Amino acid sequence: MKKDEILFDHNHDGVDRRGFLRCMAWAGTGALCVMRGGVLSSYALGEAKGKKVDADFSFVQISDSHMGFNKPANPDVTATLKVALDRIEALPAKPEFLLHTGDITHLARPEQFDTVSQMLGGKDVFYVPGEHDMVDDNGKGYLDRFGKNAQGAGWYSFDKHGVHFIGLVNVVDLKAGGLGTLGPEQLEWMEKDVKHLSHSTPIVVFAHIPLWTVYEQWGWGTQDSAQALAYLKKFGSVTVLNGHIHQTMQKVEGNVTFHTACSTAFPQPQPGAAQGPGPMKVPPEQLRSVLGITDVNYVRHKHALAVIDSSLA
Amino acid sequence: MKRYLHRSSLVSLTAAFAVSAAILVVSPLTRAARADQPAVSEVKIDNFSFSTPSLTVKAGTEVTWVNRDDIPHTVASDDGVFRSKALDTDDKYSFKFEKPGTYRYFCSIHPKMTGEVVVK
Repeated sequence: MKKDEILFDHNHDGVDRRGFLRCMAWAGTGALCVMRGGVLSSYALGEAKGKKVDADFSFVQISDSHMGFNKPANPDVTATLKVALDRIEALPAKPEFLLHTGDITHLARPEQFDTVSQMLGGKDVFYVPGEHDMVDDNGKGYLDRFGKNAQGAGWYSFDKHGVHFIGLVNVVDLKAGGLGTLGPEQLEWMEKDVKHLSHSTPIVVFAHIPLWTVYEQWGWGTQDSAQALAYLKKFGSVTVLNGHIHQTMQKVEGNVTFHTACSTAFPQPQPGAAQGPGPMKVPPEQLRSVLGITDVNYVRHKHALAVIDSSLA
Repeated sequence: MKRYLHRSSLVSLTAAFAVSAAILVVSPLTRAARADQPAVSEVKIDNFSFSTPSLTVKAGTEVTWVNRDDIPHTVASDDGVFRSKALDTDDKYSFKFEKPGTYRYFCSIHPKMTGEVVVK
């Protein structure tokens, strides 16, 4: 039991390399991460079974549904999204809402947005766009559907049970050779958005491209994320949820826990493990083991967010 | 031992000379062959990269990008001279380069993907 517990060493850069690699090895198979007072402990999902998750409320993150993708890596992304929704229905604690961290569609076509909207109908869903949702029409299709209460390219914030949620957009106006970008207008908005919150307010930031540099060569990072994170330094508990890289990864830096979710559509290779980041073809019987959902539980007064990844296998 | 080394470097020198002579002979032929070809050129897009990151063409050449990737990409010049729509798998985009110069471009969806067309 103890052998799989990871305590991150904050005396260095906040990342225990051995632990980080172990988390990577779990990609797609599921990991339970519990944060208490800035220290993240991880357990293999098998170990977590049977442990009661004591939470005030929970929500689920889904990501990268890529509606419209039909290549060999997954010829039926509708079916795997359906499996993900079935898994959410089957969770012991009913999640209050969903976060979708982008690449809802593959090509931002109206029928692709419609299919996802219909499948998620009846659920309370908070979206942020991925780069695939903003192609061609400067995001008009996305913003018409999901951006009604948002500002700029689609950023917004809201509060649930005392937790402050911030949805950011880092997929528009990208510059040649660069990474994801938040841009000065959004950063200015964010600074004002968090200014008057008390230090003890738990913060959840969600955006499509990781807000930490996972792998620069493949563009897996956000070039001005340091500025955004600087505005969050005063808070005791910050959880950053991203998608884009189609695999689970996590890292702790001070009081910030970074976490990326699996796709519900197709896997991508681990950083540098292939020539490029293109969709990874696995044997059909293994596909669901590399797709997944992320369940997040919040325990009031315990200063803790438990992040649980589950594969669709 | 010494003699052997000496002989070997003589051989390398001769080889180097032979190679440069070959280049001198071949290069005018290559130019002639190029002149006979139609003024079109193709760049493939696959696994998040442009197959010819730096392509040199003559003025008046039409360059076509073909997306062979499972993921959509765009071809967008850094300074807005040309910009394709999102190209799905097997979609193509062409642009005719009339004026000499260096045209840098990137995929506006995946900006780490960059390339250039040098027009002579």
